[in-house]
Amino acid sequence: MVENRPFLTFLTHLVLIAGVVIVVFPVYLAFIASTHGPGEFVSGLVPLLPGSHMIENYSMIWNEGLSSSGAPPIWVMMLNSLVMAVAIAVGKIVISLLSAYAIVYFKFPLRLLAFWIIFITLMLPVEVRIIPTFKVVADLGMLNSYQGLILPLIASATATFLFRQFFLTIPDELMEAARVDGAGPLKFFRDILLPLSRTNIAALFVILFIYGWVQYMWPLLVTNDSRYYTIVMGIKRLAASADAEPLWHLVMAAVILAMLPPVLVVIFMQRLFVKGLVETEK
Amino acid sequence: MQSKRTIFPNKLLPYLLLAPQLAVTLIFFIWPAIQALKSSFEREDPFGFRTTFIWFDNYRRIFADPNYLSSLGRTAIFAISVTLLSMALSLLLAVAVNRLLRSGKVYTTLLVWPYAVAPVVVGILWWFIFNPSIGIAPYILRGMGINWNHRIDGNQAMILIVIAAAWKQISYNFLFFVAGLQSVPQSLNEAAAIDGAGPFKRFWTIVFPLISPTTFFLLIININYAMFDTFGIVDATTMGGPAQATNILVYKVYTDGVLNLNIGSSAAQSVILMLIVIALTVVQFRFVERKVQY
Repeated sequence: MVENRPFLTFLTHLVLIAGVVIVVFPVYLAFIASTHGPGEFVSGLVPLLPGSHMIENYSMIWNEGLSSSGAPPIWVMMLNSLVMAVAIAVGKIVISLLSAYAIVYFKFPLRLLAFWIIFITLMLPVEVRIIPTFKVVADLGMLNSYQGLILPLIASATATFLFRQFFLTIPDELMEAARVDGAGPLKFFRDILLPLSRTNIAALFVILFIYGWVQYMWPLLVTNDSRYYTIVMGIKRLAASADAEPLWHLVMAAVILAMLPPVLVVIFMQRLFVKGLVETEK
Repeated sequence: MQSKRTIFPNKLLPYLLLAPQLAVTLIFFIWPAIQALKSSFEREDPFGFRTTFIWFDNYRRIFADPNYLSSLGRTAIFAISVTLLSMALSLLLAVAVNRLLRSGKVYTTLLVWPYAVAPVVVGILWWFIFNPSIGIAPYILRGMGINWNHRIDGNQAMILIVIAAAWKQISYNFLFFVAGLQSVPQSLNEAAAIDGAGPFKRFWTIVFPLISPTTFFLLIININYAMFDTFGIVDATTMGGPAQATNILVYKVYTDGVLNLNIGSSAAQSVILMLIVIALTVVQFRFVERKVQY
């Protein structure tokens, strides 16, 4: 602090409280809505204070889902989301670690080409190549399967770059010493490089887990079997049930459940989250 | 390209290490992109029996299509509004947090979590707030004499998706602005204060120019975000309507290709989108190479 200005400090808190209200308010409304019975939404205004149907709504949506819109119970969709998010995060980290290791610690023909092929994936988000990617997945018979949900999202140039950057900062002496001691490339990777990369891996895992969890367009395309619905896409089906007004109290209960896991990850692993976010974008 | 001073001599191993990533990239990225490029030059007959090579006809048709041109315009309005709104709010919050010592951490935690909320969920949250029959925002607006119905009014629909998209991006911009602000040397601020510059003057003449690299970086990222990551928001709130008013490019590719099965046109639109991403990426990397220097 450069100087003491009480009024400015007061203003600072005011701005931040307003900011927090803006950020929290939509979720607060959703939570309130999820604690009321269906009758509260017939007309007029949404309730602003908690109701008494919370446990009832959540247990209903968790165990039974909404059969009218063909959506399975929430726990099935949450489990699918969890599988997808974890597999995407682990998969991306594993293949990126290996390829970054190859690019940094070996010299071989076509190294530059391989680097560029990986680099180019930065420029091809799934949104801009939906139909042909869908066709490839369909031809491989991977519609309505976990492989189909996971594999097309698993290549990651950012993770490869991050590990490449990090490997380049590791002193050459470590590797020379390991070689003098007779360690081969795989032993060096397992016993020295992996332990050193632990924080980076954890930070990246947080970011990639969120990335996998929030995927929407891709699960929408490759699954029409409700056993493979993810929670994020399932919610849209709940909200768009038939032609009636949505069952707000149940939709909002599902909304709260859908955002809970990644939000908790951000809140409880905030340091890793910030590290992962800032470093993957640099 | 950079590598280590000493390297492992293995000949086969590096290829094996690279194989998984290259396989996934080639099968799910490069090959589909080539296919998109190829079918953007073709027309398929309605039954899918025959495809004819038609050069740039799909592109010519797209750029003669008033719907596409209006979608392009709408996307520009959307991306610029989201970027400005979200970055302005985040900068204000970041500057505020940066003034505080201990309580700043608490505020940061309360502000960053929307990053983890899926775009489609963000869409549903705001769709609920702005629901014409029961939402709280239309209720308040009615009190002020404004009749809100984004199902009929295209501009209101645009405002809705801008608010939703900007809300989600606040946390991301906030974190990067905070990081940028913390790298501004405190000594400069103190020197200016001794010379009699007030907090606002110090911000505009010292801090704001010094964080311009962050600002520029976020500008590109936000435009990218608004153009490509907002599919879920549009799908959950307006579905491109009313009357195409919120049919942004990435949503139009989806509706034309997946719902209306207009493969050639959708592929050509995909290629145009790819060119936009490539342009944005190049700008971003050029900037990383040569940061704005003082």
